[in-house]
Amino acid sequence: MSVLHFAIIAPLLLGLFIPLLHKKLPGLHTGWFVLILPAVLFIYFLRLIPKMNNKGAIQETLNWIPSLGINFTAYVDGLGLLFALLITGIGSLVVLYSIFYLSKEKENLGSFYVYLLMFMGAMLGVVLSDNLIVLYAFWELTSFSSFLLIGFWYERERSRYGAQKSMLITVFGGLAMLGGFLLLHIMTGSFSVREIIALSGEISSDPLFITALVLVLLGAFTKSAQFPFHIWLPDAMEAPTPVSAYLHSATMVKAGIYIVARMSPIFAEQATWFWLVGGIGLLTLLWGSFNAVKQTDLKAILAFSTVSQLGLIMSLLGVGAAALHFTELDNNIYMAATVAAVFHLINHATFKGSLFMVAGIVDHETGTRDIRKLGGLMQVMPITFTIALIGTFSMAGLPPFNGFLSKEMFLESMVDVLSLNIFQLSTWGVLFPIIAWIASVFTFIYSMILFFKTFTGKYKPENLPQKPHEAPIGMLISPVVLAALVIAFGLFPNVLSTSIIEPAAASIMPGLIDAGLAFDVNISFWHGFTPALFMTIGIILIGILLYTTLPKWKKIYGLLPKKFTLNNIYDNGLIRTESGSKQATNLYMTGSIRTYMLYIFIAFIGILGFTLVKKNAFIIDTSDVAPIGLYEIVLTLIIVAASLTILMAKSRLTSIIALGAIGYTVALFFLLFRAPDLVLTQLVIETISVALFLLCFYHLPKLNRKEERMKFKLTNAIVAAGVGIVVTLIALSAHSTKIFDSIAQYYIDNTAEKAAGGNMVNVILVDFRGFDTMFEIAVLGIAALGIYGMVRLRLSRRKSE
Amino acid sequence: MNTNDLILQTATKIVSFIILLFSLHIFFAGHYNPGGGFVGGLLTSGAIVLLLLAYDIKTVANILPFDYRIMIAVGLLFAIGTGAGSLIFNVPFLTHAFGDFTLPILGKTSLHTAVLFDIGVYLVVVGATMTIIQTIGESE
Repeated sequence: MSVLHFAIIAPLLLGLFIPLLHKKLPGLHTGWFVLILPAVLFIYFLRLIPKMNNKGAIQETLNWIPSLGINFTAYVDGLGLLFALLITGIGSLVVLYSIFYLSKEKENLGSFYVYLLMFMGAMLGVVLSDNLIVLYAFWELTSFSSFLLIGFWYERERSRYGAQKSMLITVFGGLAMLGGFLLLHIMTGSFSVREIIALSGEISSDPLFITALVLVLLGAFTKSAQFPFHIWLPDAMEAPTPVSAYLHSATMVKAGIYIVARMSPIFAEQATWFWLVGGIGLLTLLWGSFNAVKQTDLKAILAFSTVSQLGLIMSLLGVGAAALHFTELDNNIYMAATVAAVFHLINHATFKGSLFMVAGIVDHETGTRDIRKLGGLMQVMPITFTIALIGTFSMAGLPPFNGFLSKEMFLESMVDVLSLNIFQLSTWGVLFPIIAWIASVFTFIYSMILFFKTFTGKYKPENLPQKPHEAPIGMLISPVVLAALVIAFGLFPNVLSTSIIEPAAASIMPGLIDAGLAFDVNISFWHGFTPALFMTIGIILIGILLYTTLPKWKKIYGLLPKKFTLNNIYDNGLIRTESGSKQATNLYMTGSIRTYMLYIFIAFIGILGFTLVKKNAFIIDTSDVAPIGLYEIVLTLIIVAASLTILMAKSRLTSIIALGAIGYTVALFFLLFRAPDLVLTQLVIETISVALFLLCFYHLPKLNRKEERMKFKLTNAIVAAGVGIVVTLIALSAHSTKIFDSIAQYYIDNTAEKAAGGNMVNVILVDFRGFDTMFEIAVLGIAALGIYGMVRLRLSRRKSE
Repeated sequence: MNTNDLILQTATKIVSFIILLFSLHIFFAGHYNPGGGFVGGLLTSGAIVLLLLAYDIKTVANILPFDYRIMIAVGLLFAIGTGAGSLIFNVPFLTHAFGDFTLPILGKTSLHTAVLFDIGVYLVVVGATMTIIQTIGESE
C-alpha cells in the first residue's frame, strides 16, 4: 500500500477513532482532532503538483480482486488532483468552521465527524480512482454519507424527507452509472479508465455505446443536480450549514462534473454527448437561476444558485467537447470552453463555500434565514457583510472578482458556438449564447437579492428571534480565507493556470494534447471589446433594471400551477408508486388459500401444457402396454364411482366413507399388481386415516354442520380438468418414451446374494436404500411430536383462561 | 347407563395377544416374506388400540407403562446407530453385515444388522402412532 492509497483512505481510518476521541475527551471539541487530517492531506496533495506536472500522472495499484480485474488503482492526474485539493482544502476550512458552528454540548459531534470523514474519504476515492468499480464503490459511499449528513438532525421531519429524497435520486443515478460502467466493461474487457480511453476509438460504433453514454450521464446528472434531477438539492439544505457548504456546493455535487470530465475522452466525440451535456447544462443553468430569484430562504437561494452554476460548468464541458472535431485548427478556440469549465469549477467552490458560511453565520447570529425578516445587517456584522459582498459580486460576475473572469470566458465560449458547423449548430446554436445571457441576468438578480436584502435596507431587530451581533472570530476565519481566494484568483488568475488549470484541462481532453495542441491558459481582465464584454455590460444594466422593478414582475412565478412543479411530480410519483404497489399486491394477495391454489394450479397447467405443446412432446406408444383384465376394469369403475361420490355427496360423512373405499380399492389394486407389502401397509394406513377423518368430522363446530352439496364453480372445474388432463398426458408420454432400461434387474440379482434377503421390497427399504427410510421414520417422529405439541401446547387458550 | 363390556374385554384379552404375535411374526419375516418393521409396528399399535378400546387409557397405561415419545427417540437411535456402526469398520454409512452364527438355544441362525435397523423402524412406528392416538384421545 502506497502513501497515496493511505492518503485516500486516511479519512475513513480516522473515522474509526472519532467516537473514541469524542467519548474520552469530552472537554475538547472533537472537530479539532479532525481538522489536522484534511490540512495534512491538503499539503500532501499540494506537494504532488510539481511531481505530477513532471511525470504527467502518478499511478499506484493495490490489488483487490485481480481475478475480476478490480484493483484499487489510484491515479493522480491534473483533474483528480484539482478535485483532491478542493476536497481537502475546503474540507479543512469547513471542519474549522463547524468547530465554531456546532455546539459541543447540544450536538452529537461524534456521529457528525464520522459521517464527514466518511464523506471526505469517499470523495477522495471517487476522484482518484482509475478503476470503475472502485470508483462506483466510493461513489455510493458519498451518497450514503451525504444521506447521513442531510438527516443529521433526524428528529426533524424535513431533514428526513430531504435525506430520503437525495438518497433515492442519487442512488438511482448511481445504479444507472454502474450499468454504464458494466457496459463499458463488456465492450472493452477492462475496468480501467486509462485502458477504456485507449480503446474508445474502437468502441464508438458499438451498439451498446450510446446506452453506456446515457447511463453514465444519468449518474452524473443526478449527482450534480442537473435538470430535472436537481430537486433533491434544495431539500438537502436541511443539513447543518457546514455540510451544505461542503457537500452541496463545493464537493459532492461536483462529483457528477468530475464524471463528465473524466469520461469526456471516451464519449465526447458523440453528438449525443454534446447535446446532452451542453443542452441539459444550459437548461439547468436557466432553470436554476430563474428559480433562485423567487426563493426567500438564504440557503434555498444558494441551493438553486448551485444548481444553476453546476449547469454552467456542465454546459461548458459539453461545448468543450466540440473542440475534438477541430484538431486541425491552430488556435483551437473551443478548447477555451474546457479551460473556462475548470476555472469556474474552482471559482464556484471558493465563492459558494464562503456564501454558505455567510448564510450559516447569519442564521447562527440572528436565528433566521428568511430574507423577508432580515435586512440592515451591514452595521451589525461588518466582516460578514464584506465577505458576502465579495461572494455575491463574484457570483454575479462583477469585476474584480474571479467570477467575472470565468463568466467572461463562459460567455465567450457560448458565442463561439455560433461559428460551429457540426451537429446542426449553425441553426440551433444561436440558442446557446441567448440562454446563457438570460441565465446570467437572473444570476445577477438573485446575487443582488442575496446581498442587498440581507445587509442593506431597514434594520428590523424586532423581527429577529435573536439579538444579532458579529460572529465569533473562529467562525469567520474560513469564509475570510475563501473570500481572500476569490479576490486573489480574481486579481492574479494566472497563478493557477500552469500549475492546476492546464493539467486539469489536459486530462479532460488528452486527445487534443496528443494532436500537438496545448492549452494556452492566459486569463486576463482586459481582452478587448469582445462580444462577451458587451454581454456583461448588458447583463449588469438589465439586471439592475429588473432588480429594481422586482415586485412588479415577480407575479410570473405564480404562473406555473403547483401541479406541474417537479417537486410535486416527484412527491406524487412516490405516493402513486406506494399506493399502486399496495393496490397491485392487494389485488392478487387476497389472503384466501383457494385463490393461491388456483394460481399454483394454473401456473402448473400453463407451464407444463406449454412445454408439452412447444416441445411437441406428446407421444402415445401402445407397443408395451399390458392387457387389461376384468378385475382392473371393475376396480377402476369402483374408484371412479367413489370419486364422483366424494364430489357429489351431500354429507361429509359420505365423502369420508367414499374416500376410504378408494383407499381400500387402491389396496386391491396393489394386490392385483402383486405388491403384498404395499397392500398390508395401505390397508392399515387407510384405516387409521379414515378414523382420523371421522374424528375431525365429529369435532366440526355445530354452526357449520349444514349439510350441503359442494357449490359448482366453473373456474374450479376447468382448472381441475386441466390439471387432470395435463398429468394424464404427461404420464402417457412418459410411459411411451422409455429411454433407458430399468435398474430393477440389479436388485433381482443381488437381493439374496448380497443382502441375504428374500423380500426384495424390504431389502431395498432397509439395505439398498436404507438412507431414505431413516429419514422417513424421522418424518414420522416429527409428525407425532408435532401433533403432541399442537394438542398439548395451547398457549393462547391458557392465556385466555 | 352403565354399559357392560365383558364380551369385548374378554375377547380382547385373547385377540390382542394373537395380534401381537402376528405383528412380531410379520416383523421378523420381513426380510424373506411380505412384512417388515413398518407393518409390524402398525399391527402392534393395532393391538394396543384394541386394548384402548376395551379398557380406558389409564388402565392401558398401567398394563403397558411406556412413554411412546421416548420410544420414538429410541427407535431413531437404533436406526442411526446401525448406520453409524458401519463407520467403525471403515465402510460407508449404513452398510449392513450378515452371517450365520451358532446360538445357545436357537442353534444355527442367520443374523443380519438390517434387523437392528428394522427394530428402529418398528419402534418409531409404534411410538408415533401411539403418541398420535393417545394425544388425540386424551384431549378434550
